[in-house]
Amino acid sequence: MTLGLVMTEIFKKEIVDVAVIGAGPSGLSAAITLKKLGIQKVVVLEREAEAGGVPRHCGHPPFGIREFKRVLTGPVYAKKIVETAQNAGVIIKLKTTVTMLGAGGELILTSPEGTMHMIAKRVLLTTGIRETPRSARLVSGSRALGIFTTGALQSMVYLKNRIPFRNPIIVGTEIVSYSALLTCRNAGIEPVAMLEENSCPSVRWPIYKLASWFGVQLFLQTKLVKILGQERVEAVEISAKNDPVQNIACDGVLFTGQYTPESSLARISHLELNPQTSSPEVDEFGRCSDPVFYAAGNVVQPSRDQAKVPIYYTNKNLPNPVEDAGQCWSQGRTTAKNIVKDLAGKLPSFSHQS
Amino acid sequence: MPNTPRTNSKLKVDNRNSALLGDADAAIIGGGVVGCAVARRLALAGISVILLEKSADILDGASKGNSAILHTGFDAPEGSLELACIRSGYSEYLKIRESLNLPLLKTGALVAAWTSEEEERFPNILAKARNNGIDDLQLLSRQEVLVKEPAISANIRAAIAVPHEFVIDPWSAPLAYLSQAVANGGQAVFNAEVKGGEFFGNHWMLHTSRGSVKATHVINCAGLFGDLVDADVLGQSEFTIKPRKGQFVVFDKAAGSLVRSIVLPVPTELTKGIVIFPTIFGNLAVGPTAEEQESRSDASVNQEILQKLHTQAVSQIPALANIPVTATYAGIRPATENKEYRVVENAERNWITLGGIRSTGLTAALGLAQYVHKLLEKQGSKFKSLYKPVVPSVPNLAEHLPRDWQTSGYGEIVCHCELVTEREICEALTSSIPAGNLDGLKRRTRVTMGRCQGFYCSARLAELTEGKFAESLDIGACHD
Repeated sequence: MTLGLVMTEIFKKEIVDVAVIGAGPSGLSAAITLKKLGIQKVVVLEREAEAGGVPRHCGHPPFGIREFKRVLTGPVYAKKIVETAQNAGVIIKLKTTVTMLGAGGELILTSPEGTMHMIAKRVLLTTGIRETPRSARLVSGSRALGIFTTGALQSMVYLKNRIPFRNPIIVGTEIVSYSALLTCRNAGIEPVAMLEENSCPSVRWPIYKLASWFGVQLFLQTKLVKILGQERVEAVEISAKNDPVQNIACDGVLFTGQYTPESSLARISHLELNPQTSSPEVDEFGRCSDPVFYAAGNVVQPSRDQAKVPIYYTNKNLPNPVEDAGQCWSQGRTTAKNIVKDLAGKLPSFSHQS
Repeated sequence: MPNTPRTNSKLKVDNRNSALLGDADAAIIGGGVVGCAVARRLALAGISVILLEKSADILDGASKGNSAILHTGFDAPEGSLELACIRSGYSEYLKIRESLNLPLLKTGALVAAWTSEEEERFPNILAKARNNGIDDLQLLSRQEVLVKEPAISANIRAAIAVPHEFVIDPWSAPLAYLSQAVANGGQAVFNAEVKGGEFFGNHWMLHTSRGSVKATHVINCAGLFGDLVDADVLGQSEFTIKPRKGQFVVFDKAAGSLVRSIVLPVPTELTKGIVIFPTIFGNLAVGPTAEEQESRSDASVNQEILQKLHTQAVSQIPALANIPVTATYAGIRPATENKEYRVVENAERNWITLGGIRSTGLTAALGLAQYVHKLLEKQGSKFKSLYKPVVPSVPNLAEHLPRDWQTSGYGEIVCHCELVTEREICEALTSSIPAGNLDGLKRRTRVTMGRCQGFYCSARLAELTEGKFAESLDIGACHD
C-alpha cells in the first residue's frame, strides 16, 4: 500500500447525525421516523448486499399487518420497508460492515471501496438476533454436512432456490420451528420428525398442529443424543425419557430457535452487556452504557422475568421471546423518537443502572 | 458431481489406472503437516517429489485438529529425536515464516500449578527444560501470575513462565510448505490412495486409486494410517497406531482479550493435559482430551465431555462463564504403543516411515523434513539444492495482522463473523493447491467458522462453491 493510499484511507471520515447499524425492520423504521422528525443525515449501515433483514428470507406470511394493514410474505414486506425508507430520504449503505464501535460515536467501517471512519452524533444498534447453532449447544456427534439453522435454510431456499437436505430432523418447537416446517414444505423437503425436550410444544394450538397436518411426527420429551454420518448426516440417535436410544435415518439436522442477540459488535466494544441475555444494557429510552449509543429491536432481549409472553407461546415452555417484524417496527419508531428528543436536549439526563 | 481431477495436465490418467501418474525421486504418502513439510524440504533440495493424498485436500487426518502451538521442546523427552526435530523445526519456522507470510502470536506459556502436588513437580520441569536447552523459564508466584494474567482464577498457586512457546496458524503453515514444494517443481495428487506397491531393487512402483507412481524413494507420512501403509506396501510395520481422540471447545473472540498466554497444566507421564490457549484467529480454546479409540476417522464430539472441558476452562478463567461457545471439534492423534516418534528407515528398500507423530508434529514437521533429507543424503543420493527457489506467500488469516477485508476491492464480505471476503474465497478455490472440499475451504479462509456457524452465509457460500466439490453444501434445487 502506498503512503498516499494510507493517507486517504485515514482521512475518509464521514460525519452524520444518526448512524443505524442494520437494515432490518427495527433499523429501517427508526431511520424513517428520524427523517420524518426532521433529522438531517440518517445513514443505515447494512453488511449484506441487500437491505430488509431477516424477512427477506421468510417466504411466507404474515408480515406487514401493523405497518401496511395488509398480509404480506417476508420478501414482499422487506422490499416495501426498504422503499419506504428510501422515499423518506434515508441513506442505506449496502455491503458496509461496521468493525468497531468507538467511544462517543466513532465507527470504523469497511466496504468493498475500503476502510473508513464515521462519526455519528447518535448510533442505533439494530443488529437483530440469530439462532444458536449446533456447536454452541454442545451437541454430540460428527460434523457432517447437512447441519443447519432455520436462518441458513431459509436464505438458501428463498434467496438461492437450493436445498441442503431432503429428509431432515427438526430440533425445537418454537414459532420459528414451524416457520422452518413451512419452508421445508414449500421447498419439497420432507422432515422426518420434530423433537422437543419438554413435555409439550413451546407454541400453542393450533400452530403445533401443523406438524401432524403435514404428516411430520412430533416427539415430545425427546432429546437429540448424537449426530451420525461421515460426509453427510446419515442418522441421529434420539432418546425419549426412560426409553433406550433410538436410531432415526435422516440426511440433515435443522436446529431451530434458541435465539441469541447478534451483539458481537457490542461485545467487543466498550458497551456493557447483560450477562444473562447477551444484549447491550439499555435504559428505559433504549440508551446503552455509552449514552451516544442506542439499541432497539431483537438485539435487545428482555430478561426472562421481564419478558411478556407473546400470544403464540405457552407460558410453560417459553423460549427466548422473539419480537415479530411488526413489534420491531414499532420499537424502532419509539427509540427513534427518544433519539430525536435526546438530540434536542429534552431527554432526562443519563443515569445508567446495570 | 465428480471431483475434477487435479493432476499435472501433462500427465495422462485413464480409468483403468494403468497409466503412470508420476515419476519422481521421492514419493511422499500423506498430505498432513509432516508430508507437506517433507515435500517442501526435498523439493528445495533439488529432489523431484510427488505427494500422494487419499483425500480431496491436505490436512484431512491428524493435522486438522490440534492446538496450534509452536513448541520450544521444554518438556519433550530428553535426548529424543522428537526434541531434536522440535528444536530444529522451531528455528526453521521462525526463519522462513515472514517470507511465506506465516503468522506468529507471541503468547508465551504458563505451566500452572493448582495443587501443592503439582507445584512440587516444578523443579523437575525446570531441570528438564534446562537439559533440553531452554534456559529462560521463570518461576512466578501467584501474585506475579495474577499481575500478568488478571483473568486467571485466584485459586492458582504458582506458575512457570515459558516465554517462547508461541501460537501459529496450524493450517496455513502446511499449505505454505506444500505450495512452496509445488512452486518449485513438486507435484501433489489428491484422491490418490496408495493401495500397494513393488520394489524393483532401485525404485518403487506404487499403485494408487488414481494410477501408478514410480519413485526411487518412498517417505511414508500417512499419519493415522502409517502402520497400515507400511504393512500393505512394505510388507511389515514396526508399530501399531492407537488412535487417540482429543476434543476442543472454542470460545467467542470476546474471550481472546481475556488471556494472552497459553495456560498449560503440569504434564503427567501419559499426556500433556488440557490446555487453554489463544488461537491465531483471536479466539480462546480449551482442549484436548485424550481418549483411546479404535476408529482412525471418527472425530465426533461428545456433549458430556465438551461440558466438562467448558467447566474446567471456567474454573481456571472465571470470566469465560459469560462468553458464548463458537465451535467444538475433535482431532485424532496417531499415537502408538510407545511414547516416542516412530521413525523407521529401511535403507535397503529405499523406504522411510515417519510414524507416531502426535501433538508436537506441527512444530517438529520442518525438523523431521530436515532429518529425512539427511537420511537420503546418507544413502548416497546426490542432489543439487535449488539456487534460487520460488517463495510463494499464503493469505493471512491471523486476527492480529491485516486481513483481506482491510484492502479495498474485495467484492463483498461473505462470512460476517470471520470477515471473510469473496476475493479470499475465490483465491482459495483457484490457488496452486486449491481447496478440495468444504473443510479445506474453511481452513484456507475461515468461512463459516465463526460464531454463527453459517447462519448468515451458508446460502451465499453454496452459490460460490457450486460444482466445485464432490460434496457440496446444498443437494440440489427446490422443487417448484
